[in-house]
Amino acid sequence: MILVLVEHEGGATTELTSQALAFGRSLAGDEPVDCVACIAPSQEIATDELGPGTLHLAEHDAYASLAPDAVAATVAGVVERTGARAVVAPGSDTGNDVLARVAARLDQPLASNCVAATAGEPARVTRTRWGGSLLEEAELDGAPLLLTVQPHAVAADVAGAPVAGVERFTPVLADADLAVRVADRVEAAGSGIALADANVVVSGGRGVGSTEGFAIIEELAGLLGAAVGCSRAVTMAGWRPHTDQVGQTGTKIAPELYIPCGISGATQHMAGCKGAKRILAIVDDAEAPILAGADYAVIGDLHEIVPAISAELRKARGS
Amino acid sequence: MKILVCGKRVPMTGGRIVLTEDEQAIETRHLGFTISPHEECGVEEAVRLVEQHGGESVVLTLGPPEAEEQLRDQMALGVDRAIHLVTGGEEWDPQATAAAIVDAIRADEAASGPFDLVVFGNESADSGGYQVGIRVAHALGRPAVTGLKGVAVEDGRVRCEQEVAGGRDVYVVPLPAVVTVKEGLNLPRYPSVPGRMRAKQKPVAATTPDRPQARLRLVRLAVPAGQGKQAEVLGRGPEAAPAVVEVLRGIGVVA
Ligand SMILES: Cc1cc2nc3c(=O)[nH]c(=O)nc-3n(C[C@H](O)[C@H](O)[C@H](O)COP(=O)(O)OP(=O)(O)OC[C@H]3O[C@@H](n4cnc5c(N)ncnc54)[C@H](O)[C@@H]3O)c2cc1C
Ligand SMILES: Nc1ncnc2c1ncn2[C@@H]1O[C@H](COP(=O)(O)O)[C@@H](O)[C@H]1O
Repeated sequence: MILVLVEHEGGATTELTSQALAFGRSLAGDEPVDCVACIAPSQEIATDELGPGTLHLAEHDAYASLAPDAVAATVAGVVERTGARAVVAPGSDTGNDVLARVAARLDQPLASNCVAATAGEPARVTRTRWGGSLLEEAELDGAPLLLTVQPHAVAADVAGAPVAGVERFTPVLADADLAVRVADRVEAAGSGIALADANVVVSGGRGVGSTEGFAIIEELAGLLGAAVGCSRAVTMAGWRPHTDQVGQTGTKIAPELYIPCGISGATQHMAGCKGAKRILAIVDDAEAPILAGADYAVIGDLHEIVPAISAELRKARGS
Repeated sequence: MKILVCGKRVPMTGGRIVLTEDEQAIETRHLGFTISPHEECGVEEAVRLVEQHGGESVVLTLGPPEAEEQLRDQMALGVDRAIHLVTGGEEWDPQATAAAIVDAIRADEAASGPFDLVVFGNESADSGGYQVGIRVAHALGRPAVTGLKGVAVEDGRVRCEQEVAGGRDVYVVPLPAVVTVKEGLNLPRYPSVPGRMRAKQKPVAATTPDRPQARLRLVRLAVPAGQGKQAEVLGRGPEAAPAVVEVLRGIGVVA
């Protein structure tokens, strides 16, 4: 049996869980695929897409405050009880965190952010490195095999079915499993368009030159209803906060259109905008690597080009 | 406070990753090296915490002899001393890495007292396993809080802030603890010239641990296909603006 860790929000399984389920089903072949989910007593989750296997549904107050060690203890418990041959989790922040805790408890290797896997002795996996800029084929030992699934790398299989049955249980948790849990929630004051969810993103890089230089980037973003992003060169210079940084160690974006201005296109920057449908680069260097990752480009000084585009947009709107 | 920060030497790849002929590694002949920005923020935080509370900060790396360069870079920022677990240059899998770090922590703690805080990057820049810090915490029996953008120590506890959609989740755990941090936690300082001079004199304790059998074994690396498109140049300079707006219309982001 292959066990998939289900993450849920407001009663529904997350998109990344659907991807992990699809991954688990293709790894399983003819073997059954069960799910494990952890809910607080006040919660419920939809089960009509989690089948056709069994859902192991753990109920405990601790899960209301995340408690990653409690979730890991629960997953490890289900593995022990069922003899699951593999555990697959979504490659979300929490999925990677929890499965690493399961791996530590069971003293087994963990292959995180996989894009492919084949069973066997040993199993073969393909996983991402450098935030997706490089792939690694590797052999993975482990009983059970432990894997997380790279976000948005596999289609979310809709071929789910209602579960065969729900095994509800209340896990017995040690005090140590409750030490790490959310004590408080601070709401963000943030206004403006969230970078991660924006439909259009306009970013500035070192070529923008200064904090003040971003005025023209903000103007264009405003006209397009876009979020403003930037490269790491910009956050390191203190021109913009890190929350604006697009890239491997910043925010991963997936807009309809991405407009990087004065950004060279380092692999670590591109790792953050791989999800963009289209990229329009504005850069003064016709050899810049960004052009190999972009669909459209304008070559020249962004300080002239960006205001000209804004002016043209205003003209087109007749204002 | 006594604080340990773990960082991994990685190449600074530019616009394109080039592999060695045997596809076992990145071709690094023309590249500089660094540690992950997450880990750099960990170093900055450790230095600040020691400035605030007194004590000692220590950096650790498991890597080839050349990784001493990264240890010196971090000591130039104010870290007091370094532990170098010297390898032959091959990458260790996360389980083996964690085990060697645990041994080194136990040895250092036996000699000079416990670390209140052990700091990791949320994930390494190159292999991105998301696990070494958690494995070390488990082996030491200490709580681990991951992916932090805020760390504050008070009254023998550490207050940890994790960025989540719509705000921040706050965790409070007792020391000693393990935290893994993300870039954005702080804005790291630049090394000063005197800092660089002092770093040359600071102690690096080097040992050579035995490498256990890897249980996650690299077979080969590959650069993902399909990135090799070449942009259609719409024009040069501001005269390209009408063509740009035309494209924006075509995409449907402008009415
Ligand atoms: C582990 C690791 C993680 C990293 N994570 C990230 C990350 O998350 N995000 C990120 O962005 N970077 C990240 N980096 C840094 C990355 O490698 C690059 O250093 C960074 O992206 C460079 O930023 P840039 O393109 O703005 O600057 P540069 O590389 O200096 O490029 C500036 C570009 O602007 C052009 N230009 C200059 N003036 C003008 C002008 N007037 N008009 C038009 N064009 C102009 C130049 O020709 C050049 O092409 C990371 C690095 C490492 C090692
Ligand atoms: N070779 C290493 N030397 C020192 N620290 C390491 C090493 N490998 C991983 N780490 C630490 O563990 C964190 C997580 O690594 P990983 O599990 O590979 O993503 C990194 O950000 C580092 O802080």
